[in-house]
Amino acid sequence: MKSFTVSKAVTALMLAGLVLLPLYSQVSGNIFILTLFTRIVILALAAASLNLIMGFGGMMSFGHAAYLGIGGYAVGMLAQEGVGSGWIQFPVALAASATYALVIGALSLRTRGVYFIMITLAFAQMAYYVASGLARYGGDDGLTVYKRSDFSGLINLGNRTQFYYLCLACLLGVIFLIWRIVNSRFGLVVQGLRSNEQRMQAIGFPAKRYQLVCFVISGTMCGLAGALLANNTDFVSPAVMYWTRSGDLMVMVILGGMGTLFGPIMGAVVFLLLEEFLSQITEYWALIMGPLLLLIVLFGRGGIMGMLGRAGRG
Amino acid sequence: MLLVVEQFLNGLQFGLLLFLLAAGLTLVFGIMDLVNLAHGSLYMMGAYFAATFAAWTGSFLLGALMALGATLVLGIVLEMSALRHLYGRDHLDHVLATFGLILFFNEAVRLIWGPAGLALPLPAWLTVPVPILPGIHYPAYRLAIIVVALLVALLLYLGVMRTRIGMLIRAGASNREMIGALGINIKLLYTLVFGLGAALAGLAGLMQAPILTVQIGMGENILILAFVIIVIGGIGSIRGAFLAAIFVGMIDTLGRAFLPNLLRQVLSGAAASTAAPALSSMLIYLLMAIVLVVRPEGLFPANRR
Repeated sequence: MKSFTVSKAVTALMLAGLVLLPLYSQVSGNIFILTLFTRIVILALAAASLNLIMGFGGMMSFGHAAYLGIGGYAVGMLAQEGVGSGWIQFPVALAASATYALVIGALSLRTRGVYFIMITLAFAQMAYYVASGLARYGGDDGLTVYKRSDFSGLINLGNRTQFYYLCLACLLGVIFLIWRIVNSRFGLVVQGLRSNEQRMQAIGFPAKRYQLVCFVISGTMCGLAGALLANNTDFVSPAVMYWTRSGDLMVMVILGGMGTLFGPIMGAVVFLLLEEFLSQITEYWALIMGPLLLLIVLFGRGGIMGMLGRAGRG
Repeated sequence: MLLVVEQFLNGLQFGLLLFLLAAGLTLVFGIMDLVNLAHGSLYMMGAYFAATFAAWTGSFLLGALMALGATLVLGIVLEMSALRHLYGRDHLDHVLATFGLILFFNEAVRLIWGPAGLALPLPAWLTVPVPILPGIHYPAYRLAIIVVALLVALLLYLGVMRTRIGMLIRAGASNREMIGALGINIKLLYTLVFGLGAALAGLAGLMQAPILTVQIGMGENILILAFVIIVIGGIGSIRGAFLAAIFVGMIDTLGRAFLPNLLRQVLSGAAASTAAPALSSMLIYLLMAIVLVVRPEGLFPANRR
């Protein structure tokens, strides 16, 4: 720690809050807040994975919710077929997400700019329609997961507190991983590609291969979030993959601060709390949320992390 | 035979409708470099305006005309109040800001018109079947959509290729600094183009309204299709949008109509009826993936800057 800054202080405060939350929930008897924050932590994980390719890699994926669905369906489908062990479900969820990311990444990375945004969106919609067509697994109506993943007694996903800490551990693990990736040689190459692909290629880096690997890592991380989400809601449906969900994830990343380590967590916390808060005030919460997004885009450069950074300097 | 002709016309009609939507989108993108996700909301507003005005005036045509004007005005207001500030920003900013606008429009509609959908009943003279070939009848309204959309496409082509405004629009697309330096009021031009795009989306919405119900979120699925079309056709190219729209409309309609029977020949009945709807929805995205892999800039890329 070189120096004390506002953004570091706020980040530390937020992390401490996340760690101590179950304690508060226990003391105050407020169970709802724990459920809410479990969801927040899981979506923060998804946002963090998106941030890896969007913030650090410059790849604007508009189809990231597809992995939430793939991870979720892997858990749900295996549970339906009688495979309840998390030791099988989670690796399958990760492998399925990675495979999907590999295929669509290989195709999508041939394009750039808006074309990339649109092709990732189109692939996610494709996944959405595939899930809607799975009559055996509920089709449009979705699939109820009657039994949460079973980790042979090591950790009980049915216990709210244990499940929350599992999600939080996954989130922090992923953040640590992203931190290591970003500061590795590999991460520096990927960030170099974001700034100037031609130059990196001229130096001799195989651009597409680096980007593809980064894309697959990000998709796999998001698949983990999907597997956790299905356990959290005991339910998975095509709606998880709908394109507005991908939009939500993008908003979380931008809101928190793209290309910062803890920004996506901040973004997820603020976005989902705001959603919760506004929906309690008025049924028409999106009427406020929509223009708020517009204002954030217009005036809030660099998201919350950017603003905190400026506050620290100014 | 009857079914083939009918489905073929349905495909054409859907494709032309998609073209109206895609044309506005591709114009706005090609000229202002703006990715407008809220285009689908304008489509939805067109349908809601038409249903409301038609109920007020008691006339379908009058309602449609007023709705067209209303979406034009709405587009212009939207451009001047919000979207104008997004020009020159990152595409990601566009996506987010207009995503916010979608939330806003959906919620505003829920507030004003309520969560239940509206219906836009057709006047009697548009519901009669028209004989198109000996022994083959086709609904007059769907035929009217085809005629109107083709007419609009022709007008759009003439307008962009043969008039002074169209020349300025094309010039603005290829070099905006230059046209500004030549003393053209580029801001006004942009507002006009956006208004035109909004009116086209509104037209598509109000024409589709009697066929489907007018409901919240109706613009979102079709917006994605419109994006697929402009990506296939090459962003900024109206000709590309036209051909891609017809193509996508055909594939979607014909796929839905004939794929289940086709699949039944290879698969068991149950498996076919499960796989067919998903497969026909996927076909378009598959097509887009193939096009982008083979030609990353779309089939008819507009002149590069």
